Amino acid sequence: MGYQLSRKTADEVFGKLKERYDIFAPKLFQGEGCFSDTDIIRYGKIDSLDEIEYERRSDYSFKEALIAINETLFYFTEDETTVPSCTDKKLLIFLRSCDLHALKRLDAIYLENGPEDFYYKRLREKASFVLMGCSQTCDTGFCVSMGANQTDQYDLYLKLDGDFVLVDCKSEELAGYFQHLETEDCAVTADYVTENKENVTLPKNLSVDSFQNPIWESYGSRCIGCGRCNFVCPTCTCFTMQDIHYRDNSNVGERRRVWASCQVDGYTDIAGGNSFRKTQGERMRFKVMHKIYDFEKRFGYPMCIGCGRCDAVCPEYISYANLISQLAKEEA
Amino acid sequence: MKNEYIPFPSQVKEIIPHTDIEYTFRMSFTKDVKPGQFFEVSIPKYGEAPISVSGIGEDTVDLTIRKVGKVTNKIFENYEGNTLLMRGPYGNGFDIENYKGKEVVVIAGGTGLSPVKGIVDYFSDHPDEAVSTTLIAGFKSPSDILFKKDFEKWEKTIQVIKTVDSAPEGYEGLTGMVTKYIPDLPIVDMENTVFITVGPPIMIKFTIMEILKRGIAEENIWISHERKMCCGLGKCGHCKMDSTYVCLDGPVFNYAEGKNLID
Repeated sequence: MGYQLSRKTADEVFGKLKERYDIFAPKLFQGEGCFSDTDIIRYGKIDSLDEIEYERRSDYSFKEALIAINETLFYFTEDETTVPSCTDKKLLIFLRSCDLHALKRLDAIYLENGPEDFYYKRLREKASFVLMGCSQTCDTGFCVSMGANQTDQYDLYLKLDGDFVLVDCKSEELAGYFQHLETEDCAVTADYVTENKENVTLPKNLSVDSFQNPIWESYGSRCIGCGRCNFVCPTCTCFTMQDIHYRDNSNVGERRRVWASCQVDGYTDIAGGNSFRKTQGERMRFKVMHKIYDFEKRFGYPMCIGCGRCDAVCPEYISYANLISQLAKEEA
Repeated sequence: MKNEYIPFPSQVKEIIPHTDIEYTFRMSFTKDVKPGQFFEVSIPKYGEAPISVSGIGEDTVDLTIRKVGKVTNKIFENYEGNTLLMRGPYGNGFDIENYKGKEVVVIAGGTGLSPVKGIVDYFSDHPDEAVSTTLIAGFKSPSDILFKKDFEKWEKTIQVIKTVDSAPEGYEGLTGMVTKYIPDLPIVDMENTVFITVGPPIMIKFTIMEILKRGIAEENIWISHERKMCCGLGKCGHCKMDSTYVCLDGPVFNYAEGKNLID
């Protein structure tokens, strides 16, 4: 159901939502970028609609609202393990169409691949998603090529439109916040882009033979293995288990999982010193093939949703989008 | 909902030392487990390590652990009369039914013997259930030989070729790589022969070349992959090869499928 609200009414609704929900959205962090005097847009808890960065794509994705960069699985105290409690509040997460498509990929790994993940599930069940439309394309995104430019899988669509806020509510849980308002019902359709600056052709004939393509070494030779592409990617889910103990009481500690990157040394190390994929070329191949080939073999759709964050963040200006298109030409 | 990450404590029932750095830990465990499966074994505050099952008792499971890292070093320091934390078993394991009524050849290198030991034990205890059973086990040197007591038992019921890569002068046992013994293996019926091979990647590579040279079909060869399995639950991603998660779909693979798995 669509509504047009005055900004004042929308702020009142937001105030009520805050009582029940922790609300996460992309925020501008001024001066907190990697380099001096640069900004960064990443997710954080917000207290008002004004805090949301609505225009530009976030540098980091929404995934950290569901899978923390560093998550305590349980605490060790002597012989006992204690699982940290989960927030009592529900979650409301603002994101774009590409990210909502990415959510399906996170679900695939954390809920369908093997047993359900306790920590992901308990947050996921509390989460509702607010679509931020895209009225124009971002610079490096190629969501149209990946079919992720449009979605109707949102709970709420919310558009800031001058003095008004346009809302489309699909969720019963959230409908109660809008139904009683004295407002004209109106048809609201979500903004989405139909063209990007970047267009990608997906290779159709990939197989294990594509592992031999020299393209991996050629792109990999420029890679410095920093892993940023993985950390900004809304579909990357890898982590490493890590135990720590507290300095002031070594009997007490915790087991965590922390984000991991398939591009960084140590990812494949096994006991006794063996490791696999030692070169950046092999690691590049592993990542790209996962995004556009083998994930699809397992789950039926490609992993990459074309948000273009990896290309924007790469310090070596490696274009994953160009790599895919070139691969498509060579493997045609 | 079950939290799969929470380990359970398991009592160390018995320690069987093989070498200075390789011990078998007999752990209390009463649920179902298959050879080739693995547990995530941990010492709180040091971390977890995937360890394969090297023997299955009535209410115990054997874990043969090599002291080579942060977690396993601590296990060796800290085991006596103690408990270890465990999660699992994980992975598909070997299915004995695939090998019954066949000529069974098991080829293992070093600690690679652990995951296949359950199969060797089974056919050693039930020699009538296979046409024949042969074990080729290779170790670096005589002092690296594992499961010495078990070898004595196996030698009574099945064919055993125990070889070391190199040995000091005067060593009376066999020497040379495991591959040296494949060309002369007596095989009666190629189609009814199965090979199971586990060991370091380089050993598996050359062993399979030799096996294929004998005219054995790829479908009759089984391998087990050792990878970094951090979670054992198909989530952490470290063990993925192509569309396969070693922790869920493996670690045991038929070679016809496993040959396509490239890191």
